[in-house]
Amino acid sequence: MVVDWVTLGLVAGGGALGGMGRLAVSNAVARRWGAAFPWGTLAVNLSGALGMGLLAGLLGGPGEAGPAWSLAAVGLLGGYTTVSSLSLQVLTLWQQGRRAATLGYALGTLGAGLVALWLGASLAGGLS
Amino acid sequence: MIAWRAYLAVGLGSALGAVLRYLISLAMVTPAFPWATLAVNALGSWLIAAFAAYAARRTTGRVARWQPFLVAGFCGGFTTFSLFGLEVLRLLDAGVPWRAGAYLLVSAALWLTAAWHGDRVGRRAAALN
Repeated sequence: MVVDWVTLGLVAGGGALGGMGRLAVSNAVARRWGAAFPWGTLAVNLSGALGMGLLAGLLGGPGEAGPAWSLAAVGLLGGYTTVSSLSLQVLTLWQQGRRAATLGYALGTLGAGLVALWLGASLAGGLS
Repeated sequence: MIAWRAYLAVGLGSALGAVLRYLISLAMVTPAFPWATLAVNALGSWLIAAFAAYAARRTTGRVARWQPFLVAGFCGGFTTFSLFGLEVLRLLDAGVPWRAGAYLLVSAALWLTAAWHGDRVGRRAAALN
């Protein structure tokens, strides 16, 4: 396995920006919509999925070896979106006995996330 | 915590998580099935649930101080929903829909099992100390 420092730097920089962007967006959404349901993480994951679809349509295939992909896809959007919060929130909603919210959140994220990705890729010329 | 310090902690943790995720993806190149992302997302789900369960019973001091770096930072940057989704779409696009479906189902099941187990371990660890 070959590791080069420039790529690691791009992934780290993108990851830092993505994480801070996630914090900003989820805070803003929680202030607007309240924290009873994880709207913030949902907004982050759906917007990130749309962005990843666009990026894969624009840069996909051979472009994935390049620095733009390392920065924007692996670092920025990879770090912006999250599965850990999603898992914890699904578990918490379930433990609170909110069965409909649990199912709606889990299936809504997966379903709408895949649609957003597909939509982004279609808008940018399809997956390559 | 002052806002910029939270952003700094989250940015640093997320950078570290993203780099570790990238290194794992280099170490586990498996073209037929995205094992690396599956492992990363399951591991991150375990860690966040274990830490959250532990921290909920330790609301002051060092544990609370590490929360932004570890939870929104490291776990958030380490795990990824967008790359996971792209892999599902790629498997569909490659004409192996059953593999895409298996990846989707195994992922969701493993994320939740990992979070459930991490939660139990975190609770037990907090009760011991």
